[in-house]
Amino acid sequence: MRLATASQMVAETATAEAHVECAALTRSFPAVNGTGELPVLGPISLSIRRGEFFSVIGPSGCGKSTFMDVLAGLTTPTGGTVRFEDKPVVGGTVPDGIGAVFQQDASLPWLSVWENIAFGLRRRGTDPVEIKRLVDYALGFMGLTPFAHAYPNQLSGGMRQRTCIARTLVMKPRLILLDEPFAALDAQTRLLMGDELLRLWRETNATVVLITHALDEAAMLSDRVGAMSARPGRFIELIETGWSRDRDSTIVSDPGYGALSSRLWSVLRKESMKALDHSLGTEKE
Amino acid sequence: MRRRRILLVATVVALLEAACRVGLIDPNTMVPPSSMVVALAALLREEAIYTDMAQTFFAVGVSVVVATVAGFLLGILIHSFPRLRRAVAPILTSYYAIPVFAFYPGLAAVMGLGPGPIIITAIFNAVVSMIIATMDALDRFPRVLLKLAHMHHFSWWQRVIHLQLPAIASNLLPGIKLVVAYSFIGVIGSEFLMAAAGVGYKISYAYDNFNVPRMYGLMLLVIVVVVVINSLLSVPERWFAARALGRRAE
Repeated sequence: MRLATASQMVAETATAEAHVECAALTRSFPAVNGTGELPVLGPISLSIRRGEFFSVIGPSGCGKSTFMDVLAGLTTPTGGTVRFEDKPVVGGTVPDGIGAVFQQDASLPWLSVWENIAFGLRRRGTDPVEIKRLVDYALGFMGLTPFAHAYPNQLSGGMRQRTCIARTLVMKPRLILLDEPFAALDAQTRLLMGDELLRLWRETNATVVLITHALDEAAMLSDRVGAMSARPGRFIELIETGWSRDRDSTIVSDPGYGALSSRLWSVLRKESMKALDHSLGTEKE
Repeated sequence: MRRRRILLVATVVALLEAACRVGLIDPNTMVPPSSMVVALAALLREEAIYTDMAQTFFAVGVSVVVATVAGFLLGILIHSFPRLRRAVAPILTSYYAIPVFAFYPGLAAVMGLGPGPIIITAIFNAVVSMIIATMDALDRFPRVLLKLAHMHHFSWWQRVIHLQLPAIASNLLPGIKLVVAYSFIGVIGSEFLMAAAGVGYKISYAYDNFNVPRMYGLMLLVIVVVVVINSLLSVPERWFAARALGRRAE
């Protein structure tokens, strides 16, 4: 486990091949009372390496999901820039090569699992033979082959989320953004889904950015964990986990895992208290 | 459940039959259900009735199509502009307190006794139920699917066709069923008030001439047609609703 302070972050990561780069990124929203702007994010300057598994943790309401929306091009930053594969990401246009899985169930209930996975490929106009090959592979990879013709309402929450991951996987993204994809799942299922996610990451060589509120999940899955401050969210520390690439959920019994989880919590505790004060309106002037 | 429902309807019909047969209900007020069926069978043997049915069902068909499409588009439009929605919400919620039929004689005076004023009255009677159903359905549309549409580079039109319409279908279909019901009410009611032909006119004619069995036979015809159409619409409604249930149950 190795720590980097905010001032060291850009210089350190610039040595490896940057896949995603954020420079002075900020995002504000109109204030609820209609006067002025509420800053929710940044400024953030960060490089994410090609093929890296990068997790983002932070207190509730710190702007984690907004950060993901900006990376995906789903929303326009108020200030600063995002570059993906050295091309600017413009809000409102999702660049080719980016896939996302969301916290909410985004399976399409009127389509079978097979059709759900083929959904994006069909819209893209991919050759039907190729669609079949890719979908059948994704079904096998995610362990969904026996449920290919089931509808989402016949599946558990975990299987539905696997369907959504498979739908993203078949599009062959080079950057996979995951916004708390296991938040609605029980602890055991989350561990197993984490294993599947690591397998997917190794197999595709994609860069993965995982937004999570679960410190144990971040500690187990990541090459590097970025801890965000309370709103407006900034990276206050980047922590290299030092895990090998062929890791799986058995590392939860590794003594280093406990130390890492403990370290993440000590970084986040103060920020979580601040966020709680924000939400209760008890912060000191 | 279905068997119980059929049993309930059968019981009510049997009680009505008995009440009419033993004289509890005046025969000038209502004839036994079996007589209604006999009258309906006799009606269907008349060639002239098919001309009236064609006129009525054509008017209903036009009203259903126009009210469904216009209501859907207006629903999308109003839903897209929250300020507009806040402005028209009181009108929409109290719309059915306004007697739409009050405008029919005026329309008939301007346009004559043809199908035009009847269709317009029926459309105005039905369109608001579709507007409300569309807005309600769009309120339930999961926002995460908007993000999904962005991720797949959908145009506005592709988003509507491939995501929004199928996602909200189970909430739209009850609106279409109401459009059918209100269109029938609009057409039959207008024909009953003032028309030269149509099933509503025939009901009015039978009523004015104390031909009670014929009047009820015609009413039975309307009921059967509406029930058949609603049953047909229930098939896709149940299909979509069954699949949407899983998302809510999670």
